[in-house]
Amino acid sequence: MNFIKSNSWLIALMGLLLLFPLFSPSLSYIDNITEILIMALFGVSLNLLLSYTGLLSLGHCAFFAIGSYTTGIFLRESSFSILLALFSGCVLSGIFALFMGYFCTRLTRFYFAFLTLAFSQIIYVIIIRWGRFTGGLQGLIGGIPKPPIVLFEWVIDVSQRLNFYYFTVLLVCISFILCKVITDSPFGWVLRYIRENAFRAQFIGINVRKYQVIIFVIAGIFGAIAGGLSALNINGSYPEHAHWLKGADPIFMILIGGMKNFAGPIVGAGVFIFLNTFISSHTKFLPLFLGMILIFIVIFARMGIVDFFVVKRDIWRKALLGRKSKYRSGEKY
Amino acid sequence: MNIPDLLKCLTSSSCFITQLSSAIVIAMFLFLAASGLSLIFGVLGIGNFAHGSFYMVGAYLTYTVVSKFECFWLALILAPIGVGLLGLIVERLLIRRIYGEPHLYQFLLTFGLLLVLDDIVRLIYGFTFKSIETPKIFMQRPLFFLGSPIPLYYIFVFIMGTLVALGLWFILSKTKTGKTINAAASDPEILETLGVDVRLIYSLVFAMGAMLAGFGGFLSSPILSATPGLGSSIIIESFIVMVIGGVGSVGGTLIASILIGLSRSFGIIGFPDFELGFVFFLVMVVLIARPWGIFGRPLQ
Repeated sequence: MNFIKSNSWLIALMGLLLLFPLFSPSLSYIDNITEILIMALFGVSLNLLLSYTGLLSLGHCAFFAIGSYTTGIFLRESSFSILLALFSGCVLSGIFALFMGYFCTRLTRFYFAFLTLAFSQIIYVIIIRWGRFTGGLQGLIGGIPKPPIVLFEWVIDVSQRLNFYYFTVLLVCISFILCKVITDSPFGWVLRYIRENAFRAQFIGINVRKYQVIIFVIAGIFGAIAGGLSALNINGSYPEHAHWLKGADPIFMILIGGMKNFAGPIVGAGVFIFLNTFISSHTKFLPLFLGMILIFIVIFARMGIVDFFVVKRDIWRKALLGRKSKYRSGEKY
Repeated sequence: MNIPDLLKCLTSSSCFITQLSSAIVIAMFLFLAASGLSLIFGVLGIGNFAHGSFYMVGAYLTYTVVSKFECFWLALILAPIGVGLLGLIVERLLIRRIYGEPHLYQFLLTFGLLLVLDDIVRLIYGFTFKSIETPKIFMQRPLFFLGSPIPLYYIFVFIMGTLVALGLWFILSKTKTGKTINAAASDPEILETLGVDVRLIYSLVFAMGAMLAGFGGFLSSPILSATPGLGSSIIIESFIVMVIGGVGSVGGTLIASILIGLSRSFGIIGFPDFELGFVFFLVMVVLIARPWGIFGRPLQ
């Protein structure tokens, strides 16, 4: 009950997403929202590492690619159902995350970040070279079969855009709720403590590496779900998903959306995809403008969108409700 | 894995010399790119992801000079200086603001710079590559060493690279400026109390690093051409060389560049499928076993 009260926005979002198609006159936005939700999940999974544990992982795209390719390959080559293929992606990604996390957490700061990047580029090379399964540089072209999901008596044909939309909304929102539960739990607060001062955490007896590896695996699993959904969404998987240049996209999203709130990456994903679409439709020099925006944000405007509005909301609450307000000086994030 | 072919090449003098010479040329380019990166990271503490773009700008400036003035040797002077100036501007306007900031913002700022520079060259020069002709002096018959031809330009690259390496080592260890730079890397606060303008040192070092990269771009332009993707493709290898060699060490960077050059050149033969991944595997091994590289200082 407490959970629903403090995360009412998340429940409301889920309800809005589920009911929106019933009331909207046109369904042309369904595809955009699906894409945003998938990217939002990717961003949220990276945020577990970045904002809650303080780990700058530049190699997060590896999990996305593993999820994407595993789901795609299993659906093409075997008779797995969609859910089973997604699950396999999570398993493989989780194992890789365990391996990667174990080695990366031995290092700090720049060396940690660079080792994660190196791991992700190993995945990139494997994807390019293992042409038999992954299609090499071209990726998995030719489509990914979407066998209908059979749940008890219902048969859901996910190749219909609307059905896929509902499937994505359900999966993504359940993932959001799970992630929120994790970050609001005592486990999540230990992560924040590690973020603030890993040395002191170790000193009071927290096994810092264990927590870091665990959250690495969790982030890897959710990243793989995002990847698998992406493969289904765009009907293919491509090696660019594993390239480090794309791996910086979710960090950009988190920065735009705000690093101090759970909803940051979600809003950031929306803004990022909107920016991409908007700029691309006017010029072919997308990286130029993205780069300039990025530089501007880092120098002048580091507070993310969600952070900005949350601070405003808290100030208004304090002003209007006085002592009864929930606003406390000294944010908890 | 193609060990038989690899052994055949290692034992055949012509194949061996050919691959070795191309390995050394690759190593020289990498050294020039990575030494600047290592210098910047060691003194300023900034992992400059836009460093490969400086390299690329060097190649493009060479193209511009050669196509305007028809003189390759003019580019030898103008291209590095041009990139050095660019580095100076970038440092004063952008890099200054992120000293000491969390690594996330350093990464994001330099990554944004990478995006901007990569697209600016597309804007100015177009989306396809621009080739630069090897100067006529080097177009004569190649030098024959143990029966294999080595293009004269390769020898030029080798000489230039060695000169720069020696010069860099000399400047950093034997001159007063070099010692000041070393001091700025170890303890900038104390240095400032001694009356040295550390901000100026930082600008100087960043410009030096950019110049090195620009020179590398100039040198590589006849062989690699000026392409828009040059920057982002060389930056990762530069970081790999920096990590393996040890931050701030000229000798380490040189050895690591040669190592990577050899693994690229012979790797194509020995394990053609995974050759790309071998360098990443190498850096992973180094980061796991000895993160501070060959000649670096152990991390705290």
